[in-house]
Amino acid sequence: MEIKNKEYLDDMVRQLNESGTKVFVGCLDEFINWGRGNSIWPLTFATSCCGIEYMAVGAARYDFARFGFEVTRASPRQADMIMVAGTITHKMAPVLRRLYDQMADPKYVIAVGGCAISGGPFKKSYHVVNGIDQILPVDVFIPGCPPRPEALLYGMMQLQKKVKVQKFFGDVNRKTDKEE
Amino acid sequence: MDNIITIDKYDFHDVALEYKEQGYDFLRCLTGMDWGEDGLGAVYHLENTLTQENVVLKTKTTELSDPILLSVCDIWKGAEFYEREIFDYFGIRFLGHPDMRRLFLREDWVGHPLRKDYDFSLNPLRMTNEVTADMTQNIEVLKDGSVIKKREVLFDEDEYVINIGPQHPATHGVLRFRVSLEGETIKKLDVHCGYIHRGIEKMCESLTYPQTLALSDRLDYLAAHHNRHALCMCIEKAMGIEVSERVQYIRTIMDELQRIDSHLLFYSCACMDLGALTAFFYGFRDREKILDIFEATTGGRLIQNYYTIGGLQADIAPDFVQKVKEFITYMRPTLKEYHDVFTGNVIMQGRTKGVGVLSKEDAVSFGATGGTGRASGWACDVRKRHPYAVYDIVQFDEILYTEGDCFSRYMVRMKEIEQSLNIIEQLIDNIPDGEIQVKMKPIIKVPEGSYYAAVEGSRGEFGVYLESRGDKFPYRLKFRSSGLPLVAAMDTLCRDAKIADLIAIGATVDYVVPDIDR
Ligand code: SF4
Repeated sequence: MEIKNKEYLDDMVRQLNESGTKVFVGCLDEFINWGRGNSIWPLTFATSCCGIEYMAVGAARYDFARFGFEVTRASPRQADMIMVAGTITHKMAPVLRRLYDQMADPKYVIAVGGCAISGGPFKKSYHVVNGIDQILPVDVFIPGCPPRPEALLYGMMQLQKKVKVQKFFGDVNRKTDKEE
Repeated sequence: MDNIITIDKYDFHDVALEYKEQGYDFLRCLTGMDWGEDGLGAVYHLENTLTQENVVLKTKTTELSDPILLSVCDIWKGAEFYEREIFDYFGIRFLGHPDMRRLFLREDWVGHPLRKDYDFSLNPLRMTNEVTADMTQNIEVLKDGSVIKKREVLFDEDEYVINIGPQHPATHGVLRFRVSLEGETIKKLDVHCGYIHRGIEKMCESLTYPQTLALSDRLDYLAAHHNRHALCMCIEKAMGIEVSERVQYIRTIMDELQRIDSHLLFYSCACMDLGALTAFFYGFRDREKILDIFEATTGGRLIQNYYTIGGLQADIAPDFVQKVKEFITYMRPTLKEYHDVFTGNVIMQGRTKGVGVLSKEDAVSFGATGGTGRASGWACDVRKRHPYAVYDIVQFDEILYTEGDCFSRYMVRMKEIEQSLNIIEQLIDNIPDGEIQVKMKPIIKVPEGSYYAAVEGSRGEFGVYLESRGDKFPYRLKFRSSGLPLVAAMDTLCRDAKIADLIAIGATVDYVVPDIDR
C-alpha cells in the first residue's frame, strides 16, 4: 500500500530526532536499562575502614547479591561501577583517577563515607584529598563514618534508579565518542 | 614518666650495640622528634626479651639544614623502615642506612611534614602519575672520615620486575609491592607504603586530647578498641588517673571481643585469598554477632569511640552479659566447623605448611609481634609481658608455635579465639559495680614529660608514645604501628618463595594497611 501525505510523518520523525528521541530504540532502551540496572558490577576497591563495611554488605547478612551487585571484579576493565570506600590520599589520587579512566563506559562512581565525600575526619591533613569529586565525577554520595550497610544498600539502589532512567542509545553508550 | 638516657650522636651506634649485646634485642619503638630550637632527633624504646626490662635512649643533632644521625639498622633489622619513616617525616638522614628513600610520601614531595615549621601550601594535590625510581641513595663514611652520597641500584635493568597493588584484592587495602622474579621465584621484594598515609600524627598535634581519641579508632579499625585503649592508658598514666575496676573489666572484655572479631575477619579473608570463598561467609556470619553486641553498647559497628580518658562513654547495655554468654556458647562448637571447612583441606595445608618461614631471631629483630611473632616461637604477648587492665588476674595461655610458617600463623590466630573466649568467660559474671567515668576537668592538660604505653592489639603490640609540654595539645604523639614491622619483614619472608606464595604469606601475616601508614 502506498502511503499518501507522508510529509507529516517525515516531519514527526525529524522533530523526534532533533529532540533526541529514538522512535524505535526507546523501548529497547528500557529493556537494556532494566538489565544494566540489575547487574551493576563493582570494582573491588577499598582503601580503609569503609571498605570493611563494604565487605560486610557483600557477606551473607546484608547480601548485595539480592540487587545484582555480587559480581565484584578485580580489574577495572570489567567493572561498571567503582565504590570509593575509604580515605583517598594525595599519593592514591592519581592511581584512583587511572583506575577510573581504565573502566569502560558507561561507568559510575559512588563516594562512600565522610572521607571520600569531603576528607571526613582527616580534612585538615596534609595528605588527604578533600572529596573525590575534585578528581572524579560522582553519581551517588553515601555519608557516614562508616555508613551502615543499610545505607550502602540504599545508595546502591539510588544508583540503580539513576541507571534506569538514563538513555542508553546515543547517550551513555557513546559518551567517549562525544568527548573526543 | 619514662626515664630517658641521652646519648651523644657520634657515640650512638656503639652504645646501641652495647645494649644489644646486653640482651636488648627488641626495638619496640623508634620515634622521630623535632624539639624546635633544641634540634632534631630520635627516641628509641628497647626491650630485653628475656627479662622484659626496658630502656629508653635518645639522641639528637642541632644541625637543622642537613641533619644526620647514625643508623642502627645493622643492629635491629626493624630500624630500617623506622629510619626511612623518620627521614620522610623530619628529613633526618641516617648514616649507614642502605636505602634512604621516603617511606610514605611521594618522591617529589617538598619538605618534611612533621617538622614544626612545615608549610602546608608547598604540596598541592598532584595528579601526575608517580614515577617509581629503580635507584636509591645512601650515605657512607669513608675511611678518612669524609661522607659521600652513593646511589644504589634497587632493581637492575634486566631484572624481571612485576608490580602488585596498590589496587589488588589480595593486598588487604592499598599496599604495593614490586617483586623481582626469576622464573616464579621471588628474588627481591620492595614494599611501597603510603597510599593511605593520612598524616594522623601531625593532625594530633593540633587536637586536644579527647579529640585525638577519635582518630586512634581509625588507624587499625579491626583493633579499634585496642588502639584507643593504648592511647587512653598513656594519657591516664601521664595524668596519674586510676580508672575503676568496673571500667577495667569492661575494657578487657571489649578488647577480647574485638580480638575475636579481628581474627574472624582474618579467617574470612585468608580463606578468600587462598580461594575458599565459602569460608568467607562463615567468618562474616559470626562476626556480625559480635558487631551486634558492640552496637547495643557503643552505638557503632566498626568504629566505636567507646573508651574515654578516665572511663567509658556509656555503661554496658542491659542485655550485654547475656548476649556475650550466648555468643560464647555459640562460638565454641562453631570453631570446630571452621576447622572442618578449611583447616583440614589438603590444598590449604599444601599452600601454607613450610611456606614463608620467619625465624625467631628475625621476628625479634624486626619487632614482628602478635600472631606472626608467636608463630615463630617468640613469647611477645603484651598481655603477658606487661599486663594491663585485668589481664594479671585472668588465666589464659599464650599460644606459641615454633615453625614460623604460614600454617602456624594461621593456627595461632584460630587458637587465640579460644583463649579470648576463656578470658571473657572468667570475667563476664564478675563485672564489679562502680563508676564508669572518673571526673575530669573540662580541659585536659597532661603534665610535661614523655610517656609510652602499649597494649596487645589484634596483630601485635600497639604502642603510644606521647611527649607533652604541659599543654592541652600533645607536643608529639607517635603510634607504634603493629603492622609496619610486619611489612618490613615481608622481604625476608618472601625471598625464594614462589610468587603465588606471596598471597598466602600476605594473608597470614595479616596486616591492616591504614595502621601501617597512619
Ligand atoms: S569515612 Fe570514617 S569509616 Fe570511612 S574511611 Fe573515613 S574514617 Fe574510615
